[in-house]
Amino acid sequence: MIAIVPDPINVLQVVESVIDPAAGAIDIFIGTSRNISHGKKVLYLEYEAYLPMATEFLDRIAATASERWGTRKISIVHRTGRVGLGESSVVVAVSAAHRREAFEACRYIIDTLKEDVPIWKKEHFEDGEVWAGREGSTITPE
Amino acid sequence: MRIQVKLFAMAREEVGSSELSLELPPGSTAQAMLEILCASYPRLKPLHKHLRIAVNREFVKPDWQLSEQDEVAVIPPVSGG
Repeated sequence: MIAIVPDPINVLQVVESVIDPAAGAIDIFIGTSRNISHGKKVLYLEYEAYLPMATEFLDRIAATASERWGTRKISIVHRTGRVGLGESSVVVAVSAAHRREAFEACRYIIDTLKEDVPIWKKEHFEDGEVWAGREGSTITPE
Repeated sequence: MRIQVKLFAMAREEVGSSELSLELPPGSTAQAMLEILCASYPRLKPLHKHLRIAVNREFVKPDWQLSEQDEVAVIPPVSGG
């Protein structure tokens, strides 16, 4: 299951989608929206995606992880639109014969997603809003 | 040649539109397109060096030659996850 969706993610459904009789492990990463960013109180997040490109990239990342670690099943689901505090913005689930492959593939997927997939996060604060930049930096257009 | 350009996130907000049409000399590169875009929309200038270009849903190098039927997108720093 590779999807970019405007509605809340059903985490259990994503996990169940990777259940496989040949798997001895399922690793799950859940990205959740934090209430503090750069020392400021966050009200909610908003995500935007370049849907066709982002979906193709997620497919490719899953294919690369599957090939590299010989995983059984991979699901990646990312939210768009307004995401409230504590809600899941992204869920990655990987099943594999053994836990090591599942852990490593899952880490590769979320790390690569953050680097290259055309999805953007806007943080809404009490006193304004800002698009998040790369790795903790924020770019505020003048 | 006329190129349709998609804009996202901060680039979309600075331009005030999610898609626009640019008139470029035939054979223009991705870099030339970006320069013309930033000249036409000065509010994009502070972002210029952070912007990547995707053509047909793949990132391209600055010297990539555009053609009229390409799907061109301006990609600001991504922040999914």
